[in-house]
Amino acid sequence: MSSSLLQSRVPTALSFSSSIAGGTKPQWRFTSAPAVTFTRRTRNSTIHAKIREIFMPALSSTMTEGKIVSWIKSEGDVLSKGESVVVVESDKADMDVETFYDGILAAIVVAEGESAPVGAPIGLLAETEAEIEEAKAKAAGAGSSAPSTPAASAPSPPPPPAPVAAAPTPVAAPVAADGPRKIVSTPFAKKLAKQHKVDINKLVGTGPFGRITPADVEAAAGIAPAKSSAAPVTAAAHAPAAAAAAAPAKSAPTFAEIPGATIVPFTTMQAAVSKNMIESLSVPTFRVGYPIITDALDALYEKVKPKGVTMTALLAKAAAMALVQHPVVNASCKDGKSFTYNSSINIAVAVAINGGLITPVLPDADKLDLYLLSQKWKELVEKARSKQLQPHEYNSGTFTLSNLGMFGVDRFDAILPPGQAWGAIMAVGASKPTAVADKDGYFSVKSQMLVNVTADHRIVYGADLAAFLKTFAKIVQEPDSLTM
Amino acid sequence: MQSSISLSLSSPSPITARSNCGVDSYSPHLFFNNTTTPNQLRFCGLRRDAFSGCKSSSSNNAIRFNQLPPTNKVFASLSGNGTPSKGFDYDLVIIGAGVGGHGAALHAVEKGLKTAIIEGDVVGGTCVNRGCVPSKALLAVSGRMRELQNEPHMKSFGLQVAAAGYDRQGVADHAQSLATKIRNNLTNSMKALGVDILTGFGAVVGPQKVKYGKVGGTETIITAKDIIIATGSVPFVPKGVEVDGKTVITSDHALKLETVPEWIVIVGSGYIGLEFSDVYTALGSEVTFVEALDQLMPGFDPEIGKLAQRVLINPRKIDFHTGVFATKITPAKDGKPVMIELIDAKTKEPKDTLEVDAALIATGRAPFTEGLGLKSVNVQTQRGFIPVDERMRVIDTKKKLVPHLYCIGDANGKMMLAHAASAQGISVVEQVSGKDHVLNHLSIPAACFTHPEISMVGLTEPQAREKAEKEGFEISIAKTSFKANTKALAENEGEGIAKMIYRPDNGEILGVHIFGMHAADLIHEASNAIALGTRIQDIKYAVHAHPTLSEVIDELFKSAKVVGCVSSVTPEAVAV
Repeated sequence: MSSSLLQSRVPTALSFSSSIAGGTKPQWRFTSAPAVTFTRRTRNSTIHAKIREIFMPALSSTMTEGKIVSWIKSEGDVLSKGESVVVVESDKADMDVETFYDGILAAIVVAEGESAPVGAPIGLLAETEAEIEEAKAKAAGAGSSAPSTPAASAPSPPPPPAPVAAAPTPVAAPVAADGPRKIVSTPFAKKLAKQHKVDINKLVGTGPFGRITPADVEAAAGIAPAKSSAAPVTAAAHAPAAAAAAAPAKSAPTFAEIPGATIVPFTTMQAAVSKNMIESLSVPTFRVGYPIITDALDALYEKVKPKGVTMTALLAKAAAMALVQHPVVNASCKDGKSFTYNSSINIAVAVAINGGLITPVLPDADKLDLYLLSQKWKELVEKARSKQLQPHEYNSGTFTLSNLGMFGVDRFDAILPPGQAWGAIMAVGASKPTAVADKDGYFSVKSQMLVNVTADHRIVYGADLAAFLKTFAKIVQEPDSLTM
Repeated sequence: MQSSISLSLSSPSPITARSNCGVDSYSPHLFFNNTTTPNQLRFCGLRRDAFSGCKSSSSNNAIRFNQLPPTNKVFASLSGNGTPSKGFDYDLVIIGAGVGGHGAALHAVEKGLKTAIIEGDVVGGTCVNRGCVPSKALLAVSGRMRELQNEPHMKSFGLQVAAAGYDRQGVADHAQSLATKIRNNLTNSMKALGVDILTGFGAVVGPQKVKYGKVGGTETIITAKDIIIATGSVPFVPKGVEVDGKTVITSDHALKLETVPEWIVIVGSGYIGLEFSDVYTALGSEVTFVEALDQLMPGFDPEIGKLAQRVLINPRKIDFHTGVFATKITPAKDGKPVMIELIDAKTKEPKDTLEVDAALIATGRAPFTEGLGLKSVNVQTQRGFIPVDERMRVIDTKKKLVPHLYCIGDANGKMMLAHAASAQGISVVEQVSGKDHVLNHLSIPAACFTHPEISMVGLTEPQAREKAEKEGFEISIAKTSFKANTKALAENEGEGIAKMIYRPDNGEILGVHIFGMHAADLIHEASNAIALGTRIQDIKYAVHAHPTLSEVIDELFKSAKVVGCVSSVTPEAVAV
């Protein structure tokens, strides 16, 4: 087909907006196809082999890299000067590239669909048939690929680097255990192996029936199994055949699948939580706990409750007032190099809503009085339930409060989510009657709650947090200032 | 259908309007004048729905417009199924209620014929229940999955998408419910018109005589003036292949999507195989193609095939073996995987054995023509296909036409596409109601619903070259790229080309091939042009909305160089 096609290869018509009046459409003809440039490889003089490299041409002044659309000629085809050999893609169109020399296309170095920088060899041209083998050897030199693959993609042909001994994998040894075992590798595993220059023959598969999976290749190439989410990264690794085939291929690698399990994909909110949780692992956090007597606070709460004040508002107010005195706990670390001191104190409060978690923010909690805060809080909760919170209403917090006391939880750890303007989060447990000894050694039963603050240790140190908690405890234990 | 009826009442059909009358004779307001009775409207809606499932409506309409009956006949047909000719139970009996039979039945009623349709399985046939319809549901899902998973693509829009996932059962249910819906639409459209739906397997028992009923049960014999066989096809399974429906499957099983195997071999890289590779890779499977010919995607224009391979195969988790036959395929059992033995297609020497999780047999379709009682009329099938002439008339063993017996659709093997069957059915109905009609198969488009889609109509380039050589004319090729189309770029879908093969001497369009976004929808401008005989020099002046993908085709027409032929149509000026 190729030759007949070439005769009538019509100009690639490039059109721009067709609303421009017809007739004088800009049309680009590539009749004078850009020609490939060649260099003679000066080889050992004994044999005057004439193997020329075909380079990626520069089709425009801005082009730095080209993609091979298709090879019009195949390996072994005889080329004559002026014939189109390969189609290269530029940003606007695909262009035919001609040869300047007669010869035989001995080897294709850059396969279809792959890219190469301008000037890089993309193929080898032999002058006579005798040289084909030599050219092929040269092309194949880099990759010790399986003989079946027609073109080893080795964008750097000259001195074949010592076969990239696919490296420090622990699996290289037990290959020849039971004679010449057939190597089975999945299509994507083969592609990855080619891409990362991993010799697939040296791998031992961990997939079903001992096949080599993409994960095996990635492990061999030393790549963290990319989060190529869709790829069902060999879920039921060693499960029996039927189960493996039947299992709805999903991620969650390495877990044995229990038959009949239901898989429910994350909602957007859950996915966001999941992402944040993973990212939180990159923040070095530590925790400091503190017991606080709440009798006075409880008494105050009873007093102001009829006026619509909630415990959340009381705690938020107390935290805000303590933060005023300890600005570093209200700061955040954005780049790992500096403190960002926030200009206002915005208390985010974690709220569980239908299958998720959100943190509405009480802005300027140090400045607003308890009643306004309580009112604001009610609005926010309403909005959160009806999913109408605006972004600034849930992501502008500078300090977070999480309270599980209503469930009877006495203490817990909170995770400090990254990427926000906060450096600390306070986990509040239930207030419970506790036998407490005072400084004179007298026991009494008081209501006591445990708070536990998680902070980013890049900016908040132990003493900072301890001092903050001491202030916070003082405010809670002498809460009259809260109503002022 | 609404349009065809209202048009017939307003006398000039679009074809005649184009040649004799001013443009305004079919301006839209006439539609409203004529669609008066409410029940007429309702019935129209049903029929339109029924058609929406198949790709056939446009070509059907084109044929229908050409030969609409006089006005009063249309009214008569609306009143229900007609009365049969003397001495017969029915004017027309159709064996098989697939898309072909359905299309024929509707048109027959419109022509005033008393019509019955015999169905042994479920109404809708392969297309609706096990073919084009449910596969489009799966492909709709795979297209979205593919897009959501393509992070660079999403990023280029400025969109952020958290990990996309899917629920297999949910996807399968979508396909099933679509099939059910379209099947009901089809059934209702025939019931509404009064087509008699007879249940059971139908067979010919003699000239103009058909029996139907449950196999082994009571059978009823009916007589009909004309008989259409439209029994369709079933997946073709080569010998040596053991289908267990679980790990070695055909498209029938695959459409139920009971599993998504980690690694599946698809035997055959035609339409069916390609579409399934799109579905499976989007859902996370790895795919290996086994193709007997030397090249993937045989049957497509080679240039399109090459580009398609670059986009649909190479970057995906797909590899392939070409030039090999799968001689033996054993399902997974006894703790062993699916085993596929390959031999070289030419030397017949063993080449390889594949061990995979599943195999999909997509080696084409075999006609479903057994037990049709063809011997009673002296007809011998050829490789299962019923031989017909260009008018779908069945040919017997003595190369003579069997009177009053027709065969349409996959069963005759002329063009195994749902909409081709329907068009053939309509063509037959035209003939039996007294108008000669020959369907131009070269005007029937075909599409492969991968992402992006592939579509074509008419000849491929090699076919056109062969024909040109034989008949002594020149051909030229025009090509346009999606890369230069505004709408395609807005969608970040610049990958694709459109290619037209034409005669530079008279402007005849020989073939059009499109690979790119929405190619399946874009092809109809070309297929209609071929069906109506519109020449490039005329159609190039037609206006396309900007910016739309249709401008890719517009460019194609405009870039063609027709020598020494001026436009034959001089449009009359219309004041605006």
